[in-house]
Amino acid sequence: MIGIEHYLTVAAALFVIGIFGLFLNRKNVIILLMSIELMLLAVNINLVAFSSFLGDLVGQIFALFVLTVAAAEAAIGLAILVCFFRNRGTIAVEDVNVMKG
Amino acid sequence: MTSIILFAPLVGAIIAGFGWRIIGDKGAQWLTTGLLLLSALLSWIVFLGLDASVTQHIQILRFIESGTLSADWAIRLDRLTAIMLVVVTTVSALVHVYSMGYMAHDENFKDSESYRPRFFAYLSFFTFAMLMLVTSDNLVQMFFGWEGVGLASYLLIGFYYRKPSANAAAIKAFVVNRVGDFGFALGILALFLLTDSVRFDDIFAAAPELAETQVTFLWTDWNAANLIAFLLFIGAMGKSAQLFLHTWLPDAMEGPTPVSALIHAATMVTAGVFLVCRMSPLMEYAPEAMNVVVFIGATTAFFAATVGLVQNDIKRVIAYSTCSQLGYMFVAAGLGVYSVAMFHLFTHAFFKAMLFLGAGSVIHGMHHEQDMRNYGGLRHKMPRTFWAMLIGTLAITGVGIPLTTIGFAGFLSKDAIIESAFAGTAGGYGFWMLVIAAAFTSFYSWRLMFMTFWGKPRGDKHTHDHAHESPMVMLVPLAVLAVGAVFAGMIWYTPFFGKEAEVEAWFGAAIFMAESNTVLHDAHYVPAWVKVSPFIAMLGGLLVALWFYIVNPALPGKLAENQRPLYLFLLNKWYFDELYDVVFVRPAKAIGAFLWKRGDGGVIDGALNGVAMGIVPFVTRLAGRAQSGYIFTYAFAMVIGIVILITWMTFIGGAE
Repeated sequence: MIGIEHYLTVAAALFVIGIFGLFLNRKNVIILLMSIELMLLAVNINLVAFSSFLGDLVGQIFALFVLTVAAAEAAIGLAILVCFFRNRGTIAVEDVNVMKG
Repeated sequence: MTSIILFAPLVGAIIAGFGWRIIGDKGAQWLTTGLLLLSALLSWIVFLGLDASVTQHIQILRFIESGTLSADWAIRLDRLTAIMLVVVTTVSALVHVYSMGYMAHDENFKDSESYRPRFFAYLSFFTFAMLMLVTSDNLVQMFFGWEGVGLASYLLIGFYYRKPSANAAAIKAFVVNRVGDFGFALGILALFLLTDSVRFDDIFAAAPELAETQVTFLWTDWNAANLIAFLLFIGAMGKSAQLFLHTWLPDAMEGPTPVSALIHAATMVTAGVFLVCRMSPLMEYAPEAMNVVVFIGATTAFFAATVGLVQNDIKRVIAYSTCSQLGYMFVAAGLGVYSVAMFHLFTHAFFKAMLFLGAGSVIHGMHHEQDMRNYGGLRHKMPRTFWAMLIGTLAITGVGIPLTTIGFAGFLSKDAIIESAFAGTAGGYGFWMLVIAAAFTSFYSWRLMFMTFWGKPRGDKHTHDHAHESPMVMLVPLAVLAVGAVFAGMIWYTPFFGKEAEVEAWFGAAIFMAESNTVLHDAHYVPAWVKVSPFIAMLGGLLVALWFYIVNPALPGKLAENQRPLYLFLLNKWYFDELYDVVFVRPAKAIGAFLWKRGDGGVIDGALNGVAMGIVPFVTRLAGRAQSGYIFTYAFAMVIGIVILITWMTFIGGAE
């Protein structure tokens, strides 16, 4: 029998993979975006799992909101990436280090 | 009427001090002097017409009202107050008149500078503060006046503010007085703690209870009455320049001579004696403290007289003489014959003020030369000053006809003290110290006279050629004081030192003598040799002075050579200044330097500089390094933060 803890374990595993994708990746900004997407999806799994488990639809509606926001975020992220590539000619993470005073 | 006496000097001081640009130099002088003469006149009317059987309270305003502490500003008018009113206003008025002549020209100030209004304003302010002290109805008001006279004393000692020595003397006087005032303040606080009042009436009523009470102070149990009396006496010691706290008085001679006459001879320094007499209902219940008073008084009388023997500065001789005479007064007060203490205070004010004003007249005539070794033969140059000084000397040395009540003022009052001392101490320490001091008094007073007015002129010939008699405005006060110095003793002998009934009738409730205190009674029945002893001591001092300074003028120098250690010991005032310098002044300076260099410079400045120049840049550099610019670093920091927060929330139990 698949219980809620299985869903939560999968979600946590996905979330941790996302986090490690953020930190350990030094190559490509697109991977960063994908990692963020992965974390959001992990959260979505949590939301849906709890929604089903508790019998409350609000969680699933919230998951749909998260998907919408994630789509918008991915679009803006890719747009920034294109602009960045036009300016700097690279999208390697190691070269993105201008965010300091 | 007493309100006018009290406020006339204050009005004079304010107008002369702040409005002299409008009324001018002359205006300020005449205004303050006129108001003081008015005060003096009214004081005599009050004094002569006083009904001592009732103590009058004249309320002026509510002074302090805080919890149970309630102090009115009120005038307590009884015999003690009346005596002090007369002494203070009379001497002050005469000193004001005298100062018009003495301060007319002063080399310490430029011609264009206007220093006289300031001087007269200070003098008047002093008089106000002193009157406030003597008319006080409670201890807080008295303390206010007490500090007021201290301030005026400070301002006037340092009047020649261009002289470093005058400034140093002013500071010394102020600081030494603080020591005494600390004791006084502790005494007031203790009284308030135990009786819940600072009013004299309440305190006096509670005095018998205080004698039964124990109080803990400095980890020791004390009898409350003794402790309080002793603390108050420490205040009196400071103000009245008694031994251990006397060092400021000789230095205070840096001030102008009229100031010395008014503050450091006749009035302010007697405030301590007045305090002891005023607190007589308490003092009567504090026998141990009274013994201390007698001991300190007698020792001071002796000590100051020995130092006076060898001083060369004319004002310092008289200053030590003052110190010594104050010792006499404290002996009388400590023995419980307050009337006799007040008697000597009263007569002493006349002749000591006169000696000072006479010395001022000599100094004025000799172009501010103060060293007696440069005087000599001045009795022809300034005959009127000479006669005044002679009367003053006869008064202070106690010339009179033994075993009668005919004599100069000092004869009657000083003999009264010595007889009381014999009766009170059964011919002990106090008595003998005073008799020896009487002999020394006679010696140094006549030495002063002989060195100044007899013999050949010494010192700068030019100065002697131009030595001149002082103007009338300076001689008239001398004449008035001379009348007091001659007759004050004979006129008021009975009320101050007559039979007990007479004394009680004259003082009324102002002083209190316990049933067991029979010194006043016994003093009238001492053996004849005791009554004659001060006269013999006086004659002895006179003859030795005559021999030393007229018959054989070379002798003092030889004696000083032979007895060099003793001479130096006396000349350096028993090395008290040096001792205090080592024990108090240097360590205080060392602590000050330590706190300044190490404490302020090292710790406080160092801490600020260390934070601003060390720690802050270090932290900044660390923070700067944390800001890498890589997005994953920031994200990592965020996640770590969230992890820490969540962990913390989990452990403390969430929102519950």
